[in-house]
Amino acid sequence: MNDTEVLLEIRNLEKDYGDTRVLKNITFAVKKGEVIVLVGPSGCGKSTLLRCINGLEPIRSGEIRLDGRTITDGKTEWTEIRQKIGMVFQSYDLFPNMTVLQNVILGPTKVQGRSRNEASAEAENMLDRVGLLDKASAYPRQLSGGQKQRAAIVRALMMNPDIMLFDEVTAALDPEMVREVLDVMLELAENGMTMVIVTHEMAFARAISDRIIFIDAGEIVETDSPDVFFTRPKSQRAKKFLNLFSYE
Amino acid sequence: MQNLGISILFKGRNILRLLGGLWITVKISLLSVAVSIVLGILLGILMTRKNPVTKVLTRIYLEFIRIMPQLVLLFLVYFGLSKTFNINLPGQASAVIVFSLWGTAEMGDLVRGALISIPKHQYDSGAALGLTRFQIYFYIIIPQTLRRLIPLSINLATRMVKTTSLIVLIGVVEVLKVGQQIIEANRFQAPTAALWIYGTVFFLYFIVCYPVTRLAGRLEKRWQN
Repeated sequence: MNDTEVLLEIRNLEKDYGDTRVLKNITFAVKKGEVIVLVGPSGCGKSTLLRCINGLEPIRSGEIRLDGRTITDGKTEWTEIRQKIGMVFQSYDLFPNMTVLQNVILGPTKVQGRSRNEASAEAENMLDRVGLLDKASAYPRQLSGGQKQRAAIVRALMMNPDIMLFDEVTAALDPEMVREVLDVMLELAENGMTMVIVTHEMAFARAISDRIIFIDAGEIVETDSPDVFFTRPKSQRAKKFLNLFSYE
Repeated sequence: MQNLGISILFKGRNILRLLGGLWITVKISLLSVAVSIVLGILLGILMTRKNPVTKVLTRIYLEFIRIMPQLVLLFLVYFGLSKTFNINLPGQASAVIVFSLWGTAEMGDLVRGALISIPKHQYDSGAALGLTRFQIYFYIIIPQTLRRLIPLSINLATRMVKTTSLIVLIGVVEVLKVGQQIIEANRFQAPTAALWIYGTVFFLYFIVCYPVTRLAGRLEKRWQN
């Protein structure tokens, strides 16, 4: 596989909510195996951007290309594209009417038409890797927040996506459970998964990312390597934002 | 000589007659509940649509049916239709129509409430997995909606069973009317029969409704989220 190949490309993306422009001229590309972290103040548009990428939000103008194919031309079969884009949300959103195992094999069996046995075997394998094998037949309500979020990550991974989007996946968790989820993501990154992550965990962002994209008021203010961004950010807005996280 | 009221209950075919009346009550209730569930689900889905026209129409229907006393609706369908349009519906059919209209409205509102109580993220998570809209409803939304609905709709069903006692007034001979007839026929021999017969009717309603409410309680416990 060619490591420098571009997997996801976003060009001049604009998005409105009513009369408010929430994303302005967003342009960036994600290479295969790259880990991008989007940071910025609350309400700056990071989460909306992620939701636009897999079509949960319609866009106003611009273009999104996945693996060289334009997916924003109105002819998109989203059910097909979304299998290639895994997404994990802040509020875990496991389906409460199903066990953990049923949750994670729903996509593979119903969308991809894989056999129940084969999907279950893979699911058990993956649940084991994130330490949840003993919870396979438990219902979501019997799980802690961290366990739910790990199960949600497995559910997205079971579709065998090309890229994973993480939308503030630790924001709703108790502090002691944040680590177990971040560890799963770090392992994914080490195994070469392409990821776009929205997070407020700055130490984690620095550790996991190849590039940091700083967004403020709906536009990309700067793009840096993590070392540059966290030690000597270029823009005033980024400096101001980073100051919020230090107590000196 | 005056008999004890209780002996009237066991006189002739009285018990069988009461049970026959109960069957009419149960039949009308079951039919109406079945129609209400099916049409109510459809109405509920319609009510969650963003389309302003459907919104207004369904809202008017719901408010109209709710504000109107069921008895007025019964009279309207049974007497009103026959006098004005010369449509002569039998009492039982009128009863099923009225209770279905009422039940559909109430059920529709319950379904609407249950549907909008499902967090938007459940739809998003399903969509993000690549499920189609139909699959999202079938595997995720409807099962969750049903869990919320069953206790509520069983409550509605028992209310419908109880309200069928009104159909006496359009001449349908159901359990309460049979009771009245038995009491009337024995007025002079057993003035205390009213207590025993109405007590029995009370008990008959109880044995129809109680198992249903028990079932609701059980399901609720089992499905607690």
